[in-house]
Amino acid sequence: MKHMVEIRNLTKTYFTKRALNNINLNIEEGKVVGILGPNGSGKTTLIKILTGLLRQSKGEVLIDGHKVGTYTKSIVSYLPDRNFLYTWMTVKDAFMFYKDFYRDFDEGKFKELLDFMQLEMDMKIRTLSKGMHEKLNLALVLSRNAKLYVLDEPIAGVDPVARDQILDAIINNYNEKSSMLITTHLVRDMENIFDDVVFLKNGEIVLEGNAEVLREEKGKRIDEIYKEIFVV
Amino acid sequence: MDFNDNLPIYIQIMNLLKSQIAAGEISGGDKLPSVREFSKELKVNPNTIQRAYQELEREELVFTQRGMGTFVTEDVEMIKRLRKDMATSIVKNFIEEMNKLGFKPKEIIEIISERIGEEIE
Repeated sequence: MKHMVEIRNLTKTYFTKRALNNINLNIEEGKVVGILGPNGSGKTTLIKILTGLLRQSKGEVLIDGHKVGTYTKSIVSYLPDRNFLYTWMTVKDAFMFYKDFYRDFDEGKFKELLDFMQLEMDMKIRTLSKGMHEKLNLALVLSRNAKLYVLDEPIAGVDPVARDQILDAIINNYNEKSSMLITTHLVRDMENIFDDVVFLKNGEIVLEGNAEVLREEKGKRIDEIYKEIFVV
Repeated sequence: MDFNDNLPIYIQIMNLLKSQIAAGEISGGDKLPSVREFSKELKVNPNTIQRAYQELEREELVFTQRGMGTFVTEDVEMIKRLRKDMATSIVKNFIEEMNKLGFKPKEIIEIISERIGEEIE
């Protein structure tokens, strides 16, 4: 199977602090991969390197066979863990902004997703609740026909109804030609949508594998394995 | 559906479908939901549903028709056997639990006939 992402001996240090320590990881095409770990485990640092927002200190990262750069940015659709839209915008402004910015933006898909999320074009970003904001961000990100979707904490802080809509949108968007990398610490809510999971602790991979195989081997749900690893 | 058992999810989905087939909620020849529909409904990865369907096919409880979907077997004997197997495993668990509580076979039969007697009335 083709590797959408190849990470070799990846290390990132901030001055003296090691945020990522010698990470090796392959992500296959068509897979939904969960990166699991508490705050400060290195999830966001890893994602920022994949999206070209940070540079690694050591090691190599290839996405669709290319080093991180202009090409990879054109095929990676990234949902940051914080708001990235101007508050003076309307939903329509955000839509025009994305349409203008990304060649792979699919207008029809966006309109469908907007409908599904029960959002309107004339809504103002400033007036959106946290859940609505998250849904809009996700609608924009999933409307790109990207090869790799990188979603950083897509359901953090949203109510259960919005959470279900977000999970539905992610499942609907699944296709065999692209991969998804999703970070979360809300393991119980998301574990059923992952093919593979990676446990990140203090910048190192402490466990990885197919979610179903891990459930079978350990006789536990993924969130129970998570607690075992991270509760000391 | 809440997946609470500590079993792989594809096995829990297989068990769900098996009990629906055994209970006659899904009949022989019925079409199962498409992988996509079902994954949306249960909120699980489509590959997991695919796996559950594949394993059910290996057990010959469902069959796939290219481009049409996945269907429940029309073999009445297969479904009968499934019902029997599921009933046997429930009874086996029950007897094990009763043994743990220290009940003797005769007492177990007594309790069951008493209970069933009440249900019939």
